[in-house]
Amino acid sequence: MKYSKKKSGEVAAGDMTPMIDMTFQLIAFFMILINFSEADQDDRITLPSSELAKPPDAPLTTPLTLQLTEEGKVIFSGDMVPLDGLRPLLLREKQVLDRQEGGAAAATIIIRADLNAKTGEVQKLIETCQAAGFEKFALRAKQQST
Amino acid sequence: MKVRKNREETKDPDLDMTPMIDIVFQLLIFFVMTFKIVTLEGDFDVKMPRAAPSPQAAPLPPIRLTMQADAEGNLAGLLLDRKPVPDFATLRSEVIALVGGTDAQARAETEIELDVDYQLKYQHVIGAITAVTGYVRDDQIQKLIERVKFAQPRQPAG
Repeated sequence: MKYSKKKSGEVAAGDMTPMIDMTFQLIAFFMILINFSEADQDDRITLPSSELAKPPDAPLTTPLTLQLTEEGKVIFSGDMVPLDGLRPLLLREKQVLDRQEGGAAAATIIIRADLNAKTGEVQKLIETCQAAGFEKFALRAKQQST
Repeated sequence: MKVRKNREETKDPDLDMTPMIDIVFQLLIFFVMTFKIVTLEGDFDVKMPRAAPSPQAAPLPPIRLTMQADAEGNLAGLLLDRKPVPDFATLRSEVIALVGGTDAQARAETEIELDVDYQLKYQHVIGAITAVTGYVRDDQIQKLIERVKFAQPRQPAG
């Protein structure tokens, strides 16, 4: 009787080696591309797009990200606060920054506002930050391929 | 000739790869789940110091861009120094006519002030800033006005 005895250690479903190779390729691909640092891109905000939006040449020295939703609420460090409740948080940041060189005036506030947000609210946000001592602002837009 | 007797004489099996493949799949699922495609973002710089700056001798006085909105927040009108402009493309050519011919230093000191209705949707403001700060030619960005600031916010309508 002819029977083929499986060699010990051989997997039952045929040769799996190419599949394992492809799996390793996929892992290497995702490992290289993975980017943990985009915590500031909150998905509740859709940025307006602009053909001139290009990432800054040098990374900003002291960036502080504020996100403004369509309804006019501000997201700061992951928490959603109304615009009025923002001032104490900003003053706290200013105190931390004042211990560093340059202080709050050297920090840049990155404003990520939803494209349907009211511009008056963006202006009020800028005013609140100015009252807390910040002077440099960056309005963020996403890159639009022309 | 190597003769295999019954099972007693078989060697230990070769290294069993199944657990390694399981872990590899776990890793792959982890990386696939945490993969996020991010769109590149860029910034427009706006410097607005709180202290009202004493007007320096700029070669051109600050240009004023007024943007009017309807009740929904859509763009209803554009006025460049009181002159109505139909769309952003015309706005850009007007700005090029104003500052395109000057040298880089004079251009760098030109300021534009945005006077915007409260309820105007933010995307229109970004569109206006895009139109006045530069244009793309042959894949290069040519700068126009570099200093942008906002005027006082208007009172919300209603």
